[in-house]
Amino acid sequence: MPVNEAVTTIGQPSAIAMGFFFLFISITLGITYWAARRTSTTEQFYAAGRSITAAQNGFALAGDYMSAASFLGIAGLVSTTGFDGLIYSTGWLVGWPVVLFLIAEPLRNLGRYTFSDVVALRFRQTPVRIAAATGTLATVVLYLIAQMVGAGGLIKLMFGLSYEQAVVVVGCAMIAYVLFGGMIATTWVQIVKAVLLLAGAAILALMVLMRFGMSPTALFAAAAERYGAGVLAPGKLVSSPLDALSLGLALMFGTAGLPHILMRFYTVPDARAARTSVFYATGLIGLFYLMTFILGFGAMVLVGPDTIRAVDAGGNMAAPLLAELLGGTPFLGFIAAVAFATILAVVAGLTLSGAAALSHDLWVSVVRGGHAESGEQLAVARLATIGLGVVAIALGITFKGQNVAFMVSLAFAIAASGNFPALVLSIFWSRCSTAGAVSSMVFGTLATLVLIVVSPTVQVDLLGNASAWFPLKNPALVTIPLSFAVGVIVSLASPERGAAERFAVLERRLHLGAADE
Amino acid sequence: MASRRKRAGVRPAAGTAARAAHATVRGSGEPPDHEQRLRALARERTRVGLALTAAVFVTYFGFIGAVAYAREALGALVVPGLSVGILAGALVIVASWLLTWVYVRWANDRYDPALRALGGR
Repeated sequence: MPVNEAVTTIGQPSAIAMGFFFLFISITLGITYWAARRTSTTEQFYAAGRSITAAQNGFALAGDYMSAASFLGIAGLVSTTGFDGLIYSTGWLVGWPVVLFLIAEPLRNLGRYTFSDVVALRFRQTPVRIAAATGTLATVVLYLIAQMVGAGGLIKLMFGLSYEQAVVVVGCAMIAYVLFGGMIATTWVQIVKAVLLLAGAAILALMVLMRFGMSPTALFAAAAERYGAGVLAPGKLVSSPLDALSLGLALMFGTAGLPHILMRFYTVPDARAARTSVFYATGLIGLFYLMTFILGFGAMVLVGPDTIRAVDAGGNMAAPLLAELLGGTPFLGFIAAVAFATILAVVAGLTLSGAAALSHDLWVSVVRGGHAESGEQLAVARLATIGLGVVAIALGITFKGQNVAFMVSLAFAIAASGNFPALVLSIFWSRCSTAGAVSSMVFGTLATLVLIVVSPTVQVDLLGNASAWFPLKNPALVTIPLSFAVGVIVSLASPERGAAERFAVLERRLHLGAADE
Repeated sequence: MASRRKRAGVRPAAGTAARAAHATVRGSGEPPDHEQRLRALARERTRVGLALTAAVFVTYFGFIGAVAYAREALGALVVPGLSVGILAGALVIVASWLLTWVYVRWANDRYDPALRALGGR
């Protein structure tokens, strides 16, 4: 329902938007059909047969990572707050160098399908697999809820579908990609999405800059002239330095613990390709966030913060409104379809990594003790995909109208506190033991969940209480160091000779790769 | 242990590559054996990875610190329209690119040749 019909057609069913939408669905289902005929083994289902090139994986990583929150959310934040929004633009990128320096290559050489493979490598399988799969599922489910609720709201605004219809459409498309096409289809959906998103943002940024003599500084100057010099300087978003530090830590180390991102490193042939792919991904993602500077300030100057807030209180419609102003209804339709593609590529990656945790980590490694036929593994993985998809749709509808934006930063905090410390300790520290790795993962996940419940995010913002017991909005500042400490102390208290001996094998394989592949 | 001996035996290190690997071990007079060279390479990789991680950490949290404690300085204009803060934000992204480039150069030029000499792929 458009608030201001003179300004925008957003919210009315648009033939052009629907046209782009069906075009995208047809292309991606075509890809899925093609991929389905190449998906008959577990290696193809989980890891695309390790046949993805470094450049392809770079685009797919970018497509897996850049969510609608980064496109619509950051553009909206910059357009309504100015400089403060840019703090997020940089925060969402700085995890990628860390992924490259510490995680990507060891992961590729040490594991097969999931990050649990790496943590479990030199420890007792059952407890580690259960703890790692729990961390994975907690991250994936929280992230999925945020994406589904966001998708329902956005598609309702852009295509005029009802919220429930939108959630069901997104859920069914994502189930279809993963169920039939596995990692091959997911990869190509993510590549198509990354190209569309980068192209859409670049065209939009160019159209903005053409209004300002191709000069970003002229654009920023126009924003300062109209809304005061304050829009170019830090405002009140970062009122508490500790909150900013804590969120920054969650973003930086959470990126290196996101299961759906880590899983992508198994799709390339070797560690060198994994390394190169992160280099490409960092370039593409950084370029995109630089463009959000232009899109945000462009929307501020050309559309205006009041109009943006009138259409959507959260500011999420800034980029679509800008597209409509500069390119009319056809370009709005294109950008709407890009936003839709953005959501689908992310939820497909999340569903696949959740299905891998359920089938590869829990069913095959724990229930079956590592011995299950390929056919059984695939059947369980597909069953898990359907199960997760249905759960995602149900949760998306359950949380209708709730403010779930905090769940994304919560997912990052769990990835940073539950997954990342155990991953680092198991790869780089010879004295880490089974008990140490497991307690670090369990503690990190539980402590993050508990602290977020007693934080201002839930107590004040969600429940409307006057104050909260725990002062930080994001617990990462406390939970990451504690999770490392728990891993170290428990390991030292429970030395495990076998785990220490197998570290030499791990170290060799970390650098030289597995001989049996 | 058996597989390690087999691997080393099947793929003896080539002369030039072996020297490249040897070059990564600092201050060793005698050519160290295979195992020690791998240890040294592992330590070097960890050092490089941690040093670069620290560099990203300092860059980003330096920026966040400035946002929290040096608001006025970040609001100053470099040229009309371009504040120190916006420039700094863009430079955090550029620094991330540069640091990943530094790592990839190190890994391609030093780490990979040393690995090949040790029988890796």
